[in-house]
Amino acid sequence: MANPLSRRTLLGMAAAVPVSAALSACGSSGPGKSDKASYWYLSGQPQEGVRTKALDAFNEAHSDERIKGTTFQNDAYKTKIKTAIGAGEAPTLIWGWGGGTLRSYVKAGQVEDLTSWFGDHPEVKKRLFPTAFGPATIDGRIYAMPCETVQPIVLYYNKKVFEKVGVEPPQSWGDIMDLVPKFNAKNIAPFSLGGQSRWTNMMWLEFLFDRIGGPEVFQAVFDGEKDAWSNPAALDALGKVQELIKADGFVKGFSSITADSNADQALLYSGRAAMMLHGSWSYGIQKADGGRFVADDGLGFMNFPPVDGGKGDPSDTVGNPGQYLYISSKASAEQKKIAKDYFTKGVLQPAEVKNWIGTGAVPLLLGTEKQLAASDDAEFLNFTYDVASKAKTFAQSWDQALSPTAAETLLDNIAKLFQRSISPKTFAANMNAVIGK
Amino acid sequence: MSVLTGPPRRREPSGILPWLAAPALVFFVGFAVIPLLGVFALSFANWDGIGSIHPSGLTNWRAVLTNPGLPHALWVTFLVMAVSWAVQTPLSVLLGAFLAGSQRYRAVLGVVYFVPLLLSSAAIALTYKALLDPNFGIGHGLGIGFLSQDWLGRPWLAFGLVIFVVSWQFIPFHSLLYQGAVRQIPQSLYEAAQLDGAGRVRQFFSITLPQLKYTVITSSTLMVVGSLTFFDLIFILTEGGPGDATRVLALDMYKRGFQANLMGPASAIAVILVLVGLALALLLRRLGGRDAGDSQLEGA
Repeated sequence: MANPLSRRTLLGMAAAVPVSAALSACGSSGPGKSDKASYWYLSGQPQEGVRTKALDAFNEAHSDERIKGTTFQNDAYKTKIKTAIGAGEAPTLIWGWGGGTLRSYVKAGQVEDLTSWFGDHPEVKKRLFPTAFGPATIDGRIYAMPCETVQPIVLYYNKKVFEKVGVEPPQSWGDIMDLVPKFNAKNIAPFSLGGQSRWTNMMWLEFLFDRIGGPEVFQAVFDGEKDAWSNPAALDALGKVQELIKADGFVKGFSSITADSNADQALLYSGRAAMMLHGSWSYGIQKADGGRFVADDGLGFMNFPPVDGGKGDPSDTVGNPGQYLYISSKASAEQKKIAKDYFTKGVLQPAEVKNWIGTGAVPLLLGTEKQLAASDDAEFLNFTYDVASKAKTFAQSWDQALSPTAAETLLDNIAKLFQRSISPKTFAANMNAVIGK
Repeated sequence: MSVLTGPPRRREPSGILPWLAAPALVFFVGFAVIPLLGVFALSFANWDGIGSIHPSGLTNWRAVLTNPGLPHALWVTFLVMAVSWAVQTPLSVLLGAFLAGSQRYRAVLGVVYFVPLLLSSAAIALTYKALLDPNFGIGHGLGIGFLSQDWLGRPWLAFGLVIFVVSWQFIPFHSLLYQGAVRQIPQSLYEAAQLDGAGRVRQFFSITLPQLKYTVITSSTLMVVGSLTFFDLIFILTEGGPGDATRVLALDMYKRGFQANLMGPASAIAVILVLVGLALALLLRRLGGRDAGDSQLEGA
């Protein structure tokens, strides 16, 4: 169907590699000395295919401004890029998530300030989701070009299981707590969770903080306010998660399940769990791995429901407002020019937009409603587009928004919170200790 | 130390011999000593791995030494070391003694037992993780409820699992050491014992085990010092979790350095690891006595 990576494209890509390698051999070698720009990005299908095609298309159209792409696997990339930047060997174009990591690059003077460039090119900024610029902006200045797709966190549910048990999707936190014993009574886990990955647990806190106290609660943490984690709304949210765990809201053994093996996804489509909080990319996984699950209208989705008496706006969302491209400040003037040309003539061109939609994702480009509506996945894509474009606040995932130092402490403490080996108060105290670090 | 009492030196070789060590020395200095000094220097500096390095005096050391995480990580490290030693050593000795026999089936079994050592730690960790998945693992597949535990989600289960997997991986190696050592024991000792009417069990405890003394020390040194560097297996299997139940020192170092961007404190932990490793190796050497390096073979 809409599988973006057919065998043919794969073969095409394979064939393209030696060609581009041969062409790149014409220039002088190595970043820094060369007149040609370099670009490092993530491997892993189907995203890699879309990225590579967009880059190839740019290179074909601009034979004098070729960019050499290199792909890395996710976790390896995170370490590799940091080492490369630290050693002054960064590629011209750096792919990243914005937020806290970008801030550490900016503090070290390693990435180009793009504020004035965006001032000169208002047309580039105008076509993208405004929320995508949040994680690209550090202390009021823009350091990154938003690219690719929006990825809000979505509450998925298995419609068939809801029918079987004879209940309705939750409209509030109270409903969620009411549903838990009903599903447990039928031996179905209320929520699937890949708890060993830790960031999966974090999504629950992101939503509960927002729904109970509004976006200000985490914003205070982000701004480095003293004792921001001890906000009563924060403590309330932390307590609510532990109540849900205590009530067996999550699948048995969730701490042994990793998200990278997609076992959490399998629990939902196989009907062994009723609901799951996960990124919008999960839709593509459900579709690819779940057999007829999505095609037979088994997958339901909604924004996280409000918490009774909470201050937050239920239209708010969290997740990845976008992916980002930074320009290395160590690149030559010509490399920087090529990179900026890629921003205007390479990023989110019509073909790339179409490919992203084909993967079941929503490009962070305004005005794609018609294209989304024409897709096989129209219902989900329209939903994602609406959530992303109408959210008053699209908060970035905490582990991306915070500095790597604070993020690591956060993930550790979240794991302990979900183990119920620490109380909300201890959690807050541990986290207050690393605020602003 | 024994230079003065040693045999008289001959001129020629003593002039050339030291130079033969030069290549090894260059590698050792280049890849061990210099980085070690670098790490030591870095432990007195602030560095996030990207920006510039700022000297910070003793702050890192103070932070690391007062952090409650350090005693915990040290405790877990020692526990992994002690428990895995206690599990591996008896099993390895028994297996080694068993495999030292000459029947053909023992050779076949020896090859089978040896297989885990041929696999990489990463592959082993990934395999066990998949097998023990509470919902889609072997327990579910075979319908054995007992195997569908929350293996990686409960502190003691996760700890036990780490010990089990480590033992599964390294017992073959140590068995091999013991097998070799048992075969070196002079046959005459057993013949004499048999004449005196000692049974198999008695022979094992009175001859085999005492004769294995130095092998036990060698094997234990490898186990103990090696367990300080357990990283890949635990990193993939549990990531130090649940909570920090299996967060050993090496993992703590990696997480601080490369995940939390705190190269200074991570370096301090690395120095602590080096010191602990050296101390342990020296201690074991002491336990072996002065003659540990000498050959035990008859006539050698």
